[in-house]
Amino acid sequence: MASPTSNAAGPYAAIDLWRIADGCLVLSHRLSEWMSRAPTMEEDIALGNIALDLLGQSRGLLQVLGDEDRLAYFREPQEFRNPLICELPRGDFGFTMLRQLFVDCWLVDLWPDVAADDTVPAEVRGVAEKAVKENAYHLRHSSSWVVRLGDGTEESRRRMQEALDALWPYRGEVASDRWYARIEPVLTEATLPMPPRDAWTQRSSADGWHTEHLGYLLAEMQSLARAHPGASW
Amino acid sequence: MNATDTRAWALLAQVPDPEIPVLSVVDLGIVRAVEDSADQRRVKVTLTPTYSGCPATEVIARDVRTALESSYDEVEIVTQLSPAWTTDWMNDAAREKLSGFGIAPPAGRTTLPLLDVGTPQACPHCGSAGVEEIAGFGSTPCKALWRCRSCREPFDYFKRH
Repeated sequence: MASPTSNAAGPYAAIDLWRIADGCLVLSHRLSEWMSRAPTMEEDIALGNIALDLLGQSRGLLQVLGDEDRLAYFREPQEFRNPLICELPRGDFGFTMLRQLFVDCWLVDLWPDVAADDTVPAEVRGVAEKAVKENAYHLRHSSSWVVRLGDGTEESRRRMQEALDALWPYRGEVASDRWYARIEPVLTEATLPMPPRDAWTQRSSADGWHTEHLGYLLAEMQSLARAHPGASW
Repeated sequence: MNATDTRAWALLAQVPDPEIPVLSVVDLGIVRAVEDSADQRRVKVTLTPTYSGCPATEVIARDVRTALESSYDEVEIVTQLSPAWTTDWMNDAAREKLSGFGIAPPAGRTTLPLLDVGTPQACPHCGSAGVEEIAGFGSTPCKALWRCRSCREPFDYFKRH
């Protein structure tokens, strides 16, 4: 079975496909927790659609990396390479939207890189070509909510500031110069001052270290497949 | 397209999109190629999904297979992701059918970087140009929810993508 470590010195080591595939999968599952619980019907639908896009993108990569069902349902937490920020509990709606913004600002520049990389398999470039468009639309959505809530009521602003303080230490695995260039104008418009770039940050998922939250998430996501191996509709 | 492909294309034109049954898979532009064997008993169809996570994709592949198996001994379905599907591949007939079905068709042609999915040119119910967005996401990945300021009816907009 393929595993994250087998790709460490793989033919396309420049782009860590495991990190993208697992990030999209885990975040998709987190978003799916909002189904029937979002503040409005429109947002319920929006979060469901975004979760589906992320799931489809992850599947496209996992199908290239190995057996998608085996990789999604039968790996242990320490074998996942998602950025830690993707596995954090969903929090309130403001936290969810700010986390989407953090991840969207990462993927929006990453997918075009993958689409243009001749060293990755053609199927992966195909997934990326589609994802470029989908992610650009997601970014539009998360940016508009962050601005609306940050520059909103006293209560919404307070919650966004709390979310920013909580998420900032998890930016390390998605941030880069271009990420800061993407996110700073949005935060500024949202009247949320960007915290220092050199503040401490987590970076441990590349070594298989995770927060305690991933285990619980996987327990729910994987339970059906593990209770009934090989089951199909 | 050669003379023998025509049979397969005619069958495909009868396969509706499961979410938007007024359109066939051919209208949607997701059938990229059709090749049938010299003896016309085998056929290979290349499909390009609309969205990465569109739940209809697998249903469509199954429906295409069922439709072709009525006429061919062997049906092969290939998924091709690149180039990515775009609403530019929808034919004009499809745009008219959408409008008649109450869904505003994608306005114009796609442009990079694709943050701009366009705006409906008119309300599909009353034809008024005074329309506003309610939500960027709708009942399926390909649609957004809009409202007409004249007749007040909400409607789906097929995003330019």
